[in-house]
Amino acid sequence: MFGEFTEALFSIFFIETLINGLLLGGVLALLSLGLNLIFGVIDVVWICYAEIIMLGMYTIFFLHVEGGLPLIVAAAGGIGVTALLGWMTHRFVIAYLLDAAPINQLLATGGLLFFFQGAAMVAFGIEFRNLGISLGSLAITEDIYLSWTRLSSFTIAAGVVVVLYLFLKRSYLGAAIRAISQDREIMVLMGVNTKRLYLLTSMIGGGLAGLAAILLALQYDIHPFIGLSFGPITFVICVMGGLGNLVGGFLAAFIFSELITIGGYFADLEWGYVMAFVFFITAMFIRPEGLFQKKS
Amino acid sequence: MNNSFSIIAIGAALLVFPLLGFGGYPLHLVIVILIWSFAYTAWSIMGRFGLVSLGHGAFMAIGGYVTALLWNELGLSPWFGIPTALLCAALVAIIVGYPCFRFRIIGHYFALVTLALSEVVRQVTMATRDITGGSLGYTPERHGDGWSVWAIQFPDDRVVFYYIALAVWAGGIVIWRLVDQSMERYALEAISEDEDASAAVGVKVTREKLKITVLSAVMTAFSGAIYCQYQLFISPDTIGGVGISLQIVFAVVVGGIYSALGPTVGAIITLLLAEVLRIWVGTAEVCISEKICLNVAGIPLLVYGIMLIVFIIFLPKGIVGTIADKWAKRAATMKREQTFRAEGS
Repeated sequence: MFGEFTEALFSIFFIETLINGLLLGGVLALLSLGLNLIFGVIDVVWICYAEIIMLGMYTIFFLHVEGGLPLIVAAAGGIGVTALLGWMTHRFVIAYLLDAAPINQLLATGGLLFFFQGAAMVAFGIEFRNLGISLGSLAITEDIYLSWTRLSSFTIAAGVVVVLYLFLKRSYLGAAIRAISQDREIMVLMGVNTKRLYLLTSMIGGGLAGLAAILLALQYDIHPFIGLSFGPITFVICVMGGLGNLVGGFLAAFIFSELITIGGYFADLEWGYVMAFVFFITAMFIRPEGLFQKKS
Repeated sequence: MNNSFSIIAIGAALLVFPLLGFGGYPLHLVIVILIWSFAYTAWSIMGRFGLVSLGHGAFMAIGGYVTALLWNELGLSPWFGIPTALLCAALVAIIVGYPCFRFRIIGHYFALVTLALSEVVRQVTMATRDITGGSLGYTPERHGDGWSVWAIQFPDDRVVFYYIALAVWAGGIVIWRLVDQSMERYALEAISEDEDASAAVGVKVTREKLKITVLSAVMTAFSGAIYCQYQLFISPDTIGGVGISLQIVFAVVVGGIYSALGPTVGAIITLLLAEVLRIWVGTAEVCISEKICLNVAGIPLLVYGIMLIVFIIFLPKGIVGTIADKWAKRAATMKREQTFRAEGS
């Protein structure tokens, strides 16, 4: 038994698993990025974030497969649509609830979750669709293959984190966004138009959902309820990294992806998820403010 | 006086309802509404104190699956299986609840930890699909052909189960009232306002929260077990997972979180809405033009979503809460007018 275990541990497939976990981490990091930004700035958890991604996936599918547009154009269209959805989410729901209890904001976006699912079902039906594009995989050795989709997701996610970080640190707007996340009341007194900043942040957050939608559309089938399969893990990653902490969220994504893939390697993928969620619950007890948040 | 009369009238109407011969379908609908009302009431028992759990789907699933698994695998009658399931739910509630309350995990952090609990239970069900059937669902084995009190199975006769569901629902309302009139209620209301201040005046914060959570979890597990015994089929989509957890919270929000009958009204509205829309719009595809076809089966979900947003923005106290407020206001104005007139004359 133990011999088998050590053998499995040093097998070449285990290394492949670890690398695949790392690459999955890239996707998860990208998924949680927009949600994290919105939480940091507006202090609201969008339960419907995964559904916005789902609608972005449909947009890309229809523009590319039905509309015959090149993938890059379809992707840009997807980002546009999700950015608009982000703007609408804030303008028509959250804006009315800024002073309500945090839990009411969370529940209202939960209403949006059902609304988006219902709308997708009405418009697109329940059949599974896919882009039908395979980027193939990169053969490192005879036994180890890495999928190009995951490799590119990882690269894009890392790139976006850097760009977002620079935007927040260097640009004027980024400075305003960081300031508002530190103190909401004072910024109004300083003459800052918080409404516009919130809307802008919601649009950027929505746009990031569109970016995630591209990578997911390349890997998974699209259906109205796909959001439920990666929504919970996205929230959990944001909380684990310390809500609003972009770098923390990025690192947390890799911890979770490794837990999931290693669990999947030794048993079933579902056990990987169980491990990840149990790890989250226990970690919350030890550091409720997130693993990478500085204690205040 | 007037109040107790209406309670007796409604009670009598509920008792004779199945004897009026409405047929199987309306009776089925009422049974389902009663079972879900009980589950929603169980959630609101803790939800009204600001303990918003998104993990009650997990407790419902524990109630249903433990009962059904013990029956199928060990032949243990639900008479013993259900108490075991409730014990399991209480244990899980303590394991997750105690550290949560001890380390002051509140607000949306608490909501997200319990959301993770929903996912853990759902994924365990999926991972053990060899035993539990995974997403395909699970069916308790039938005990003989007809009725069986030993197995608590009453297929082909809804009347018996109607009375069981009615008793369970009434029990839920009674427990809600008992909590409402207890000392714990004041402690918990103080805690939901300010934990530190209430701890300072001697409220045992962790213990009070844990007590109400265990009560709520056990009741929810019971609703899962009853649902399983009635439908004789359970799956992660019907009594577990994040979807059900959200459904529980939302029905209560629509009905009214601070009133005894709020969750029941929420269950009636949301379930009837789903049924009416389903029958009215059907499940077929409606084609507007040659290329554009709409799947109307999604409309109930869509309407439900809009309704929730509207409720949370405009009626955060829910239907029952808002009506009760209006009545209280009207009564106060009328009283003021009366005293004004009395003074004037």
